[in-house]
Amino acid sequence: MKFTRRVMMTAAAAMVAFSGAAQADGHQVLDEIHFLIPGGAGGGWDGTARGTGEALTESGIVGTASYENMSGGGGGVAIAHLIENAESMGNTMMVNSTPIVIRSLTGVFPQSFRDLTLVAGTIGDYAALVVPADSEIADMNGLLEAYRTDASSFAIGGGSVPGGMDHLVAAMAMEAAGEDPTGFNYIPYDAGGAAMAGLLSGEIQALSTGFSEAVALADQGEVRILGVTAPERIEGSDAPTMMEQGVDVEFVNWRGFFAAPGIDEAQVEAMRAAIAAMYETEEWEAVRARNGWVNIHNPGSEFETFLEEQETQIGDLMRTLGFL
Amino acid sequence: MLEGLMIGLQTAINPFNLGMVVFGCIIGTFIGMLPGLGPMSIIAIMIPVAITLGDPTAALILLAGVYYGAIFGGSTSSILLNAPGVAGTVATSFDGYPMARKGMAGKALTIAAISSFAGGTIGAILLMVFAPMLSSVALLFHSAEYFALMVVGLSAIAAFAGTGQVGKALMMTILGLIMATVGEGALFNMPRFTMGLMDLQSGFSFITLAMAMFALPEAIFLVMNPARSAQGGEGDSSGKITGLRITREEARAIAPVIGRQSVQGFFIGVLPGAGATIASFLGYAVERNLATKEEQAEFGKGSIKGLSAPETANNAACTGSFVPLLTLGIPGSGTTAILLGALIALNVTPGPRLMVDEPQVFWAVIISMYIGNLVLLILNLPLIPYIAKILAIPRNYLIPFILFFTLMGAYIGQNNATELLILVGFGVVATILRFADYPLAPLLIGFILGTMLEDNFSRSMQLYRGLGFILERPMTLGLLVLAVVLVLLPSYRAMRARKRAQGVADGD
Repeated sequence: MKFTRRVMMTAAAAMVAFSGAAQADGHQVLDEIHFLIPGGAGGGWDGTARGTGEALTESGIVGTASYENMSGGGGGVAIAHLIENAESMGNTMMVNSTPIVIRSLTGVFPQSFRDLTLVAGTIGDYAALVVPADSEIADMNGLLEAYRTDASSFAIGGGSVPGGMDHLVAAMAMEAAGEDPTGFNYIPYDAGGAAMAGLLSGEIQALSTGFSEAVALADQGEVRILGVTAPERIEGSDAPTMMEQGVDVEFVNWRGFFAAPGIDEAQVEAMRAAIAAMYETEEWEAVRARNGWVNIHNPGSEFETFLEEQETQIGDLMRTLGFL
Repeated sequence: MLEGLMIGLQTAINPFNLGMVVFGCIIGTFIGMLPGLGPMSIIAIMIPVAITLGDPTAALILLAGVYYGAIFGGSTSSILLNAPGVAGTVATSFDGYPMARKGMAGKALTIAAISSFAGGTIGAILLMVFAPMLSSVALLFHSAEYFALMVVGLSAIAAFAGTGQVGKALMMTILGLIMATVGEGALFNMPRFTMGLMDLQSGFSFITLAMAMFALPEAIFLVMNPARSAQGGEGDSSGKITGLRITREEARAIAPVIGRQSVQGFFIGVLPGAGATIASFLGYAVERNLATKEEQAEFGKGSIKGLSAPETANNAACTGSFVPLLTLGIPGSGTTAILLGALIALNVTPGPRLMVDEPQVFWAVIISMYIGNLVLLILNLPLIPYIAKILAIPRNYLIPFILFFTLMGAYIGQNNATELLILVGFGVVATILRFADYPLAPLLIGFILGTMLEDNFSRSMQLYRGLGFILERPMTLGLLVLAVVLVLLPSYRAMRARKRAQGVADGD
């Protein structure tokens, strides 16, 4: 797992979920859920699964929750495990996120989301382009101006590999602004902390990162958010969207849950019902607020449509960039 | 500042918070001894407990105790079993384990505890005084300088290039660098050298390689050679741990090491892209170069300076890594990233305004460091004779114990059984290499520094579109020159000594 940055930040916060397993009362939907986590303890997937499990059990929607970490292959090991042992994994929900789309496109693992049962997309984080607070660049136009003036001394950094999420977001913005998405210099860092340090030290001029991470440093007066990939301004923040500045980019890094292929339809429906009921609970609100997650609920077929759209969006761009 | 210190002290010294730090230190020390569970995982495990305390100060004090306990626990397994659980304690095993084999396990643990304490405490003082000024230092380094710093770190291998071993040490380093390229790098979105195996997608895991290079061959040597007990034949044959106390000469020898490495380690820790591992290697390399010729010969064979240097630097660097965390909100290491998450969950956002907006949290962190370090020392010194007794266990029990410990360490981090196959495979290779008298430490140093070396090098290449950064950035050039000097200086000294000896002979 290379996208350690947003991962770790939320991670710790979400580890609270260790408490788990409170007994259910009246409105229980499911007796038990087993969470399969494709990465190690303390990662972003881990935090999402344990946070969801905490909300589900403490609100009594689910009786008990158990967790299993299975890292390897950028998530591929867990996906293969879920498919191979599908018959015995009726209670299992695997957590995953945008990289399942990117990595099946690049062929890191042979499977894709189509080989799994889609339960629901649950939360997400928008992306953002930021500059240091003392930068001369004031908005998206300023950023493009700086790039057009002197492309050779202009670099955008990010916490993912070339062709990874942060790079794609920056390339999407360039493409939407009518520039060549392959033209700018993208500097990859292996973690968010290093990328942010690179930005503040002046090594790179702008940084592509997750909104929840950017907003914390913007509140501290260290960075300025130039544009967010949300359709409209996010509640409680005055950061401008890219859309309102004429850069037509919408992108969300989602997280959601998958079940084994071919499992009982009634069981999948019960899982979806449990997640849908979860959004109404105080317990979920506490977990969500603590982690700074944005509710983006996409159950069943809506999840499929969303994933297909994202696959097209990312696939097209990666072909343009020459990664496919 | 004094006022802030008093606020911090007031909150920290109440029975409940003191209880928390003791609890944290004990948990940290014992879990930290298990390889595969470094400070990062232990803190992650303890965060829910800390958050349920509700009060940020109490939570931070608990976590600081866990942190320092885990670092100390990690040194224990390096010294006693040659099984470094985290990269930061690899250099500790270079001299710590040979000391334990000479029957000086107790003394080695004592030196480690005192060095850790001094490094952590001096680091905390530096943090308290200089933190606001240092936030700009943290941003002084670009990728080019980090690359140069990693090259300086690699010069630590010179310590293992004894007579006739220069070639072998270099070959092992290069092998380590090669092994670091396996998997999906940070800068390329294609897996390299994975042979299509999904288990190699993220590269070799540090803990598996460390166990395969150090702990497993040691266990195999113990099996093959009945005369070689874990404590070595030279020591007291009854298995009693002798020489727990440090003599006055020894104290005098390590005092300057501790002084230098606390400061050096702290400043390296301040840089968000460096951290405790590089600090420990650099500390080892620098102290070896500063040592006298007789002392230099001891390095790698059980030198107290060689043990004290990385232990001090490692702890000082851990403290230093709090500078970018608290003043900029930037986590410089995995552990500080987890701590940042915990702070945010407690509604504390670190950054330039933290000291102004919430001084009590800032001071609580500093005070918790002092207390964490002190409690750890008080707790551990009396425990050392008992911990060191592990080595007095009869070999027919000790060997299975080490093997179990090693296998568990490799498995626990990844929950992946393939790691065990990799461990055994490399363990056998490492044993053969040891038979052929190849030093294995350079391999591990190369592996640990390889990824960072390559990432920073390619980033600089991409930013400057070529190698121009070496000449354009004076600090990069300076560091690279320093690396060359560190490598060549010992051989130059040796050459001069040989010439002089010859001259004397000729004159006769």
